[in-house]
Amino acid sequence: MIQVRGLTKTFSSKKGNVTAVAGVDFEVGAGEIVGFLGPNGAGKTTTMRMLTTLLKPSGGSAVIAGHDLLRASGEVRRTIGYVSQTGGAKPAAIIRNDIVLQGRLHGMSKSEAHARADAVLAEFEIEDLAERTAATLSGGQRRRVDMALGLVHRPPVLFLDEPTANLDPQSRALVWSHIRRLREEHGTTVFISTHYLDEADNLCDRVLIIDRGRVVAEDTPEQLKAAIAHDTVQIDVADAVDRAVETLARVDGVHSVSADGNSLSLACDQADQNLSVLLRQLDLAEVRVESVRVVKPSLDDVFMAITHRGRTEATEHAHA
Amino acid sequence: MQIISDSVLLFRRHLDTTMKSKISILIGMVQPVLYLLLFGPMLEKALPDASGSNAWQMYVPGLLVQLGLFGAGYAGFNLIPDMRAGVIERMRVTPISRLALLLGRVMRDAVVMLIQAVMLTLVAVGFGLRAPLVGVVGSFVMVLALAISLASMSYLLALSLPTEYLFAPVVNTVALPLLLLSGILLPMTFAPGWLSVLSHFSPFRYIVDGMRDLFLGHYATRSVLEGAIVAGVLVVGSLALGTRKFVQANS
Repeated sequence: MIQVRGLTKTFSSKKGNVTAVAGVDFEVGAGEIVGFLGPNGAGKTTTMRMLTTLLKPSGGSAVIAGHDLLRASGEVRRTIGYVSQTGGAKPAAIIRNDIVLQGRLHGMSKSEAHARADAVLAEFEIEDLAERTAATLSGGQRRRVDMALGLVHRPPVLFLDEPTANLDPQSRALVWSHIRRLREEHGTTVFISTHYLDEADNLCDRVLIIDRGRVVAEDTPEQLKAAIAHDTVQIDVADAVDRAVETLARVDGVHSVSADGNSLSLACDQADQNLSVLLRQLDLAEVRVESVRVVKPSLDDVFMAITHRGRTEATEHAHA
Repeated sequence: MQIISDSVLLFRRHLDTTMKSKISILIGMVQPVLYLLLFGPMLEKALPDASGSNAWQMYVPGLLVQLGLFGAGYAGFNLIPDMRAGVIERMRVTPISRLALLLGRVMRDAVVMLIQAVMLTLVAVGFGLRAPLVGVVGSFVMVLALAISLASMSYLLALSLPTEYLFAPVVNTVALPLLLLSGILLPMTFAPGWLSVLSHFSPFRYIVDGMRDLFLGHYATRSVLEGAIVAGVLVVGSLALGTRKFVQANS
C-alpha cells in the first residue's frame, strides 16, 4: 500500500545543509498497522510530512495506494487520511460543521458530507459533542474529533502522527481500540509514528525504527525483542550460590550468569521454555530455590540498544 | 468550475465565522470614524474648496485606503490560531486547490471591508460629504481590489514569519510609511519634491489619487487609469504570491 524508495530531505540553513532524512526505504502492506519509532529529531515527522504531501522530498520516490507521491499528489491526497500531532479541528468551529466541511473539501456533495459526518461521529462515539466547539473539549475528546476529521472520506491509508501524545491511559486505550477497529472493519492501512514503545508493542504488526534519518531496524515487535535483547531470569537461592552459578552457566541457551548476594540474574534465550531445565539442574545440584522471576525485554530495551549503537558508531567515525 | 465552488465553499464558512462576531466589523471601523470625527473638521479650513470640490471628497478616499491598510492588512492575524491548531495542514492534505484555500479567506476579507467602506461613507455623508454615486461605486471596486491584495499579502506574511509574535510589529512598521506616503491625510501635491518622488514608490498613492478623482466625478483621467492599473497588478501579483506560499506553507 505504501512503497518508499530512497526518500531524502535536506534543509538548507545558514550553517549549511542539514539532512533530516538520509534515504529511507520501506514498504507497508495493505491492512497492516506499522509503527514508526525514533528519538526526537530522527526524521520521523519530516518523513511523515513528505508522505502526506506537506513537504517536497529532496530525493527518492514513494507510491501510495498506487499513486506516485510526486507526480500525482492530488490523487495521493484523495486516498490518504492524515491526523497531525496538533490535530486539525478548528477551535472556534462547531464540530459537526467542521467535519462536514472536511468532507466537502474532499469533493463530497452536501448530503453525502452530512451522512459521512454522522457516520464518523457515531464511529468515534462523539455524537453528543457534535454541536460543541473544539475549544471546549478535553484532550481525549479532541483527539477523537481529529481522527473523525481525518477519516471522513473513508481513506484506505491513514497516517497518524503521535496520536496518543499527552493523553491519559484511558483515552489512549480508546484511541488504540478505534485504530484496531478501522483495520478489522475496513481493512485500513495505518502508518503511525510514536514515541511510546508500549503503543507500538500493543498496536503494531511491524515496527520501523528510524535514527539519524535512516531506518535502522524493521521487524515485528516480538522478533525485534528476541533478536536484540535476551530474556532475563532472576532466581533467588537459599544457599550454595557458587554451585548454582556454575550449574546454570553450563545450561544451553544461557548467555551469562551474575550473582548479587543470594540473587542470581541470567541472560538467556526463550526463558519460558528453558525455565524447567534450569530448575531441574539446580535441583540435581541440590540448590534450594526460593523464588523465580522471568523478565521479558521491553521494546524500550530494543530501542535503547539500537539507537545507542547508532550513537556510538557516530562517535567512532568522528574520532577516526 | 471546481476552483470557484471550492473558494465559495470556504468563503461562506469563513464569512459565517466572522458574522458570528459582528462586533469585530464595528471595531475595525472605530479608528477611521475617529479620524473623520476628530481630524476631518479641520480639513474644511486647511483645504479651501477648489473648483466645486469639498474637503470631504479629498479626505474620504484616503480614509478608505487607511481602513484597508489597518483592516485587511491585519487579516493574517486570523490565520495564526488556525496555523497553531493544524487547520491549515489538515486542509492542505485534501485535494482542494491551493488558490481556493487563499481565495476563500480573501473573499471574506473583501466583503468585510466593503461593508465597512459603505458604512464609513454613509457616516461621512452625515458630516457633509457629497459625491456622485457612480464615482463612489467605482471607488468601492478599487476598495475591493485593495482588500484582496492587502489580505493576500498579510496571509503571505503570517505564513512566512518565523514566529507569530513578529506579525503585529511587522505589519505596523510596513503600514505606517505606506499610509503617510500615500497622501492619505493630505494630498501629496503639498509634498516637497523629494517626498513627492518617494511617494510614487507607494502603490497606494495611485489608488488614493484615482479614488479622489472618482469621488470628484472626474472619470476619464490619468489618475483613474493609473489607479485601476495598479489595483489590477496588485490583485494578480498578491494572489499569485499568496497561493505559492500556500503550496509550500510550513505551517
